[in-house]
Amino acid sequence: MANDPIITITGMSFSYALSDRPALDAIDLEIHRGEYVAVMGLNGAGKTTLGLCLNGIIPHMLMGQQTGTVRVDGHDPSIRVVREMARTVGIVFDNPEFQMSQVTAAEEVALGLENLGVPTVEMPDRIARALRLVGLDGFEDRAPMGLSGGQQQRLAIASVLVMRPSILFMDEPTSNLDPLGKDEIFEIAQRLNRDEGMTVIVAEHEVEVLAEYADRIIVMHQGRIALQGTPAEVLSQVSALSKLGLRSPQVTEFSQALSGPSGHLPITTDETLRWLKDRASRAPA
Amino acid sequence: MISLHEASYTYPNGGVVALDSMSVEVGEGEIVGVMGQNGSGKTTFTKLLNGLLRPTSGSVFINGRDTSRYSVQALAPHVGYVFQNPNHQVFANTVAEELAFGPLNIGHTPEEVAERVAEAAEFFELGAIMQLHPYRISFPMRKLVGIASIFTMRPQVFILDEPTTGQDHKTSSVIDRLILRLGERGNTVICVSHDMPLIAHVTKRALVMWNGKLIADAPPREIFSDKLIMERTHLTPPQITQLSMRMPGRASRPGALSIAELVASVRSEAMGDPILPRSTHI
Repeated sequence: MANDPIITITGMSFSYALSDRPALDAIDLEIHRGEYVAVMGLNGAGKTTLGLCLNGIIPHMLMGQQTGTVRVDGHDPSIRVVREMARTVGIVFDNPEFQMSQVTAAEEVALGLENLGVPTVEMPDRIARALRLVGLDGFEDRAPMGLSGGQQQRLAIASVLVMRPSILFMDEPTSNLDPLGKDEIFEIAQRLNRDEGMTVIVAEHEVEVLAEYADRIIVMHQGRIALQGTPAEVLSQVSALSKLGLRSPQVTEFSQALSGPSGHLPITTDETLRWLKDRASRAPA
Repeated sequence: MISLHEASYTYPNGGVVALDSMSVEVGEGEIVGVMGQNGSGKTTFTKLLNGLLRPTSGSVFINGRDTSRYSVQALAPHVGYVFQNPNHQVFANTVAEELAFGPLNIGHTPEEVAERVAEAAEFFELGAIMQLHPYRISFPMRKLVGIASIFTMRPQVFILDEPTTGQDHKTSSVIDRLILRLGERGNTVICVSHDMPLIAHVTKRALVMWNGKLIADAPPREIFSDKLIMERTHLTPPQITQLSMRMPGRASRPGALSIAELVASVRSEAMGDPILPRSTHI
């Protein structure tokens, strides 16, 4: 995995037209095939812009000043047409309702295939498989607007999976969902990553969730990468994150408050219980 | 301030009972959390409060007014509803105009409106952006503008629908403080949210909805510590509450609500102080 970059971004800057500051500022980033990467940062830090550069929406559809290079699974998104990039990168946004346009769930999923000119005979199998991957088998004839928020978001994921992308970028996919819907989305993302070998990139605020799932966390601040590393490396930097307006998992902040910012801090509840046990056994009688 | 007596609501087509005989009283200055999965009845409850829906049986009183006798417009000065997505709410050309719209619309004098707008600008610290277009400011700021534009109507009751959704940590903590300050002013705040740390931080009382029914009305500490309710409603307590309840020797005690509280409790035990002072203000 370490030697197989699927995304290579070099010296990438981008400023939206009419904006006086860069949305991305000299980004260098490599993401490996099969990696699960979480992107954190305040609203406006550049998380969404980064995603839009991967599938060519930037610079093809959103105008601005771009420098640097982006390679995504062997393609240059600034040259390849956006429709074709959809075979490589699937993007899912925070509000699935905006992505729904068809009368039935199956038609919703078929739309991407039609845009790619996939032969009609191939479609039913691919649609069925995409719906199965998100746990919506049997929902073929349901109306997208009649689905719950969580089901709509899963349908939005199926609509990009059907194009067989190697990368899935999800931009705050659960911010409009209830707790049940949230859990389902993260379970699907984990399954796609682990069982299907997909590279998954998720922009997300909920650090407790990221601590459980991500291989690597990238922290963006004002268009730059401010911190990156394994969840343990990044999330245990309680004060650095706090300076960026972000926070660590509650259990990590708790551990730091007990022990001071020294050494390794736990980032999940299970780790914290072990950490407390170790600490108790080391404490002087 | 708010009084529901066996209020039910059945949607006209399909006959789904969205709210089933809910009785609750909420007083002045109370901040009350409302939790539950989508479809549990939370939204129907809030729509009964602002008069968008009338109970099909039972009664709903706001500030002494029977909502079935008042129009939504007549209730608007008493109950302010802040939408989850500010984009569904803001529409004016500048933030200042946005804040002025409500009170102008119900016929207040320009002087009165100017005074209210100035008060809101100060309370929400919007001074620097008053002349900007609402779509030229960041999403979190737009959220504040959405709340501020209800504030200028000077309602007694604020209904906040998922106030922290889509917010980063920085803005979420601004909203936390804002809710507490509304309570301090004597406003009643109904805070509908899936954000459990928010509920733990700002409320002393929370309602849990399930299948159209109010199944719990208690301090959040009790609710988060009630495994049956948590399981049944698929809600998850804040991580710090979960940790405290899994720590050795604490299983039978109510969970901690904040990091500071659990730290203080662990420290006082380390000093040989066996009983945790269960203050909610640390």
